[in-house]
Amino acid sequence: MPHDVTVNGTRHSLDLPGETPLLWVLRDELGLTGTKYGCGVAACGACTVLVAGEAVRACALPLADVWDEVTTIEGFGTPEALAPLQAAWVRHQAAQCGYCQPGQILQAAALLAENPTPDDAAINAAMSGNLCRCGTYPAIRAAIHDAAAAMSEA
Amino acid sequence: MTKSKKGSKLGRITRRTLLVGAVAVAGGAAFGIWQVRRPVDNPLAPESGATLNPYLIIDGDAITIITPRAEMGQGIHTTLAALVAEELDVDWAQVRHWHGPPSAAYYNGALMHGALPVADYAMKGWQIALAETLGAASKVLGLQVTGGSTSTVDAYERMRLAGAGAREALKAVAADRLGVEVAQLRTEAGQVLAPDGTKLPYGELAAEAATRPVPQPALRDPSQWRLLGRSLPRLDMVAKVTGTAEFGTDIKLPGLHCAALRLCPYPGGRVAGFNPDPALAVPGVAHVIDLEDGIGVVARNTWAAMQGAQALEVDWQRGDLPDSIEAMFDRIAEAFDDRRNSRMRNDGDPERAISDASEALELEYRAPFLHHATMEPMSATALLEEGHLTLWCGNQAPRLHQERAARAAGITPEEVTLHSTYMGGGFGRRAESDFTHYAAKLAAALPGTPIRLTYSREEDMAHGFLRPAAIARMRGAVADGRAVAFDAQVAASSVSHQAIARMTGRRMGGPDKGHVEGLFDQPYAIPNYRVRGYLADLDVPVGFWRAVGNSQNAFFHECFIDELAHAAGADPLAFRLAHMRDEHAPSAQVLEAVAEMSDWGNPPEGRAQGVAFCHSFGTPTAQVVELARENGSLRITRAWIACDPGRVLDPGIVRAQMESGLIYGLSAAVTGQITFADGMVEQRNFPDYDALRMDSVPEISVRILENNPHMGGVGEPGTPPAAPALANAVFALTGERVRTLPLSLQFDFRV
Repeated sequence: MPHDVTVNGTRHSLDLPGETPLLWVLRDELGLTGTKYGCGVAACGACTVLVAGEAVRACALPLADVWDEVTTIEGFGTPEALAPLQAAWVRHQAAQCGYCQPGQILQAAALLAENPTPDDAAINAAMSGNLCRCGTYPAIRAAIHDAAAAMSEA
Repeated sequence: MTKSKKGSKLGRITRRTLLVGAVAVAGGAAFGIWQVRRPVDNPLAPESGATLNPYLIIDGDAITIITPRAEMGQGIHTTLAALVAEELDVDWAQVRHWHGPPSAAYYNGALMHGALPVADYAMKGWQIALAETLGAASKVLGLQVTGGSTSTVDAYERMRLAGAGAREALKAVAADRLGVEVAQLRTEAGQVLAPDGTKLPYGELAAEAATRPVPQPALRDPSQWRLLGRSLPRLDMVAKVTGTAEFGTDIKLPGLHCAALRLCPYPGGRVAGFNPDPALAVPGVAHVIDLEDGIGVVARNTWAAMQGAQALEVDWQRGDLPDSIEAMFDRIAEAFDDRRNSRMRNDGDPERAISDASEALELEYRAPFLHHATMEPMSATALLEEGHLTLWCGNQAPRLHQERAARAAGITPEEVTLHSTYMGGGFGRRAESDFTHYAAKLAAALPGTPIRLTYSREEDMAHGFLRPAAIARMRGAVADGRAVAFDAQVAASSVSHQAIARMTGRRMGGPDKGHVEGLFDQPYAIPNYRVRGYLADLDVPVGFWRAVGNSQNAFFHECFIDELAHAAGADPLAFRLAHMRDEHAPSAQVLEAVAEMSDWGNPPEGRAQGVAFCHSFGTPTAQVVELARENGSLRITRAWIACDPGRVLDPGIVRAQMESGLIYGLSAAVTGQITFADGMVEQRNFPDYDALRMDSVPEISVRILENNPHMGGVGEPGTPPAAPALANAVFALTGERVRTLPLSLQFDFRV
C-alpha cells in the first residue's frame, strides 16, 4: 500500500513498507541527503527534521506514522537564500566536519519557534540531544543567541 | 575529471623499503638526487581552462585551487586555498576549491618530520635538515597523507610558491601582450593591471601562461599579507549549513543501490558459512555477497540493506584474541617481561637516583581502548564499468585507498578514479581503507551497478581501529622541591607496526617512536629521565587516533608529574614551570599564559583546577580545567587553553581546533572506553559510547601565542592535555587520584 508524505512542500506517494524510517525515505528514495544517518536509535540527532515545526528524529519515525508536512534542511534555506539561523551559523563559522549541522540547525529552529529568546540553560536543554564529535557546541550556542536577536529585530 | 598518471611499481617498492627500514635515512639517498630535485608532474588535465601547476586551474573567471588534503572538519581546505590565493592576488569570493585526484604530486613533505628519534622541541639545525631529507623521500614515494597535524607545515612554502609562480607567469604573458616591462605591472582581484589602467583578467592569460616555464619569485613578507594571518570565512561553511556538502554517504547516481555489511564480530575472524535466505526475504533486498570476513547486502535503500544484514544467519570462525578485556590487559602487562622495543630517553642514572632518594614514587596507570566514533559512519560509493572503477569516499590517504580498491576489484590503480569527498569526521579513522575495500568488492561483484555502502553505527563501532589500551609503570623521586628522577615504562600494541603492515603488507621492525611520544619528548629538565617502550603481542586492530601516542602518554606523564609535584610539596603549575623555563622557552610561555588566563590558584569557592601540558606535533599546549561538585556529581565548568603553533595562518581555525581537541579529549577521559567480552566489542552505539554534549561542555577560552620559531600543527595538540588536566582537577577537588581511565569508572560525572 503506498504511503503519502509531503516533504518541503512536495507530495510523494511511496510504495514502501510502512515501518521504513523516514530518514531512509528522505535519503535513499527522495535523494534528500542533507538529512544524515548517525546512529539509527535517536541518540545523536544527526537526522533531525521538522514535522509540523516540531524537531523529530527521522531515524526513529516510521513512514506510516509521519503525521504532517516534513521540512528538511533542503527546504529550510539554500546557499542563495540562507535562513536566519543558517546565516548566524555562517557568521559564527560554526561547522567543522559539518555532518551533524543540518540536524543541529533544525533542532535550533524548533527551539526558537517555541522560545524566541532562549537563555543558555534553555539552549542547553534543547540542544543536548544533538551530538557533535568535532565539539562545535560553543559556536552553535553563540549562533543561536545571535539568530534569536536577529530574528526578533526582523 | 582527471586520472592520476603516477603510481609506478618503483613507487610501491621504494615506499615499502623506506617504511620497513623504520624511516632509515639511507632511504633518501637511495632514490638518487635527480628524483628529489625533479619538479613534480602536474596530474591535472582540466576539460576546460588551463592549469598552471598542480594547485591551480583558471577557467574564465573561475579560480579553482586544489586543496589535496582531507577536509574532515579541521578547516584545511580554507587555509590551503588561502596560501595560494595570498600570492596569486585573487579575491577570496572568487576562490573555488577542489580536493583533486590522488597523485604523487601531493606528497606530504612534513609527514616524516616526526620520524626522527629525537624530541621535537630539542631538534638541532642538522636534525631539521635531516627531517627535510626525509621529506624529500616522502616526495619520491608520493605519500599523499593527511595526518600528524602536518598539512599546513607541509604546504606553507609550497602552496605560496605555486600562487606566486602562477602570478608571475600571468604577468609575463600580459607584459608581452601590452609591450611593457613586467616590473610595471601589478596584480589585484584576479587581474593584471597596467600603468595606463588596462586590466587583463587572469582567464584571458592563463592558457598561454600555462605553456611557459614557471618563474620562481620571492615570497611576500607576512607584513604584506591580506588573507593569511586573519580568520577567513571557511570555503566549506555555506555548503555545510545548507545540507549541500557532499559526503561519501551522499553520492547520487542513476540506478544507485545501497549496501550494508555484516562483518565478523570477532577481530581476525571470518565467515565459516551463512544462509542468505532470511536477508533475501526482506523487501527491497536484491543481493547478498560473500566478502570472506563479512557479508554485504545490497538493496534498494540502506534501511532494507541493514535489515537484511541483521537477518542473515552466519557461522563465524573466531580469531585468536583473548576473550575479555581483562585477559587483554593481562597480555599487555606481559609485554613488560619481554625485550624492550625502545629507550628513546635515557638521561642520567634513574635507578641510582631512585634508590638514593629518601622517598620514591612507584605507580601504575591504565588507559583504555578508544574508538574514533566519527559522526559519519564509514562509507564509500563505488561503480565498476568496463573494467574501470570509480570511487567516492572521504579518506585521509587517497593513493593508499586507490591501491586498496584496485586490489579488491582485481584491477590496477591506474584503472581507479577516486573522488575524495568531505568526511563527517576523520580523527585518523579514515586513514584506514576497510570501507573502500568493501565498496570496491561489492562494485566488482555487480558491474554496472553503483553501490553506496554505509556502515551501520553498530558495525562501525564493532570494527574500529582503536587507540591502543596501554599500561604505564612510572617511578620517580623528588628532592628540594624538584624532580630528580622520572622513569617511565609503557606497554601497548604498536599502531605504527600494525598500520604499516596493513598499508604495505610488510612487517616493520625497530623502535616505535609513536608508541612513546608524549612521554620521552617533553621539555622538562630532569637529570635522571628514562622512557622505555614495550610492544604488546596483542593484535586487536589499532590505528591513528587523534594525537596518537600522545593521547594516552600525556595522561601518564602529566598525572605523574602532578604526583611528583605533590610529593615535593610544590604547586603543580609552578613545579612544571621550574623544570621547563630553562629547557624550552615557548613551552614555559604557554604555561605562564594559561596560569594568567585561569587566575591559577584562585578558583571560585567549591571549585578546583587541574593543569597539564603536552608538546605534540610541534605545538606546546597547556590547559587548565576547572571542576565543580553539583548535587553529588562532578561537572567540568571552565577550561583554558594556551598554545603556540608558531606563525598563525588563521586564528579562527586554530581556536576552533583547540576547542575541538579539548572536547574530544575530555569526552574520552570522562566516558570513553571500548571493552571486549566473549571476544567481541561490547559497545554498540552512542548510548554506550557517548561524548560530551552541549550541557556538559565547559566554557572555553583559548589564547594563541606566536613565540615558537617553528610552525607546529593544530588539529591534534588540543587533545593530549585534556585528560590529565581533568584528572588533576579531580585530585584537587576530591583528594583522590585517577590512575585509570575513563573517570566515570570512579566518579559520577554530569554528562
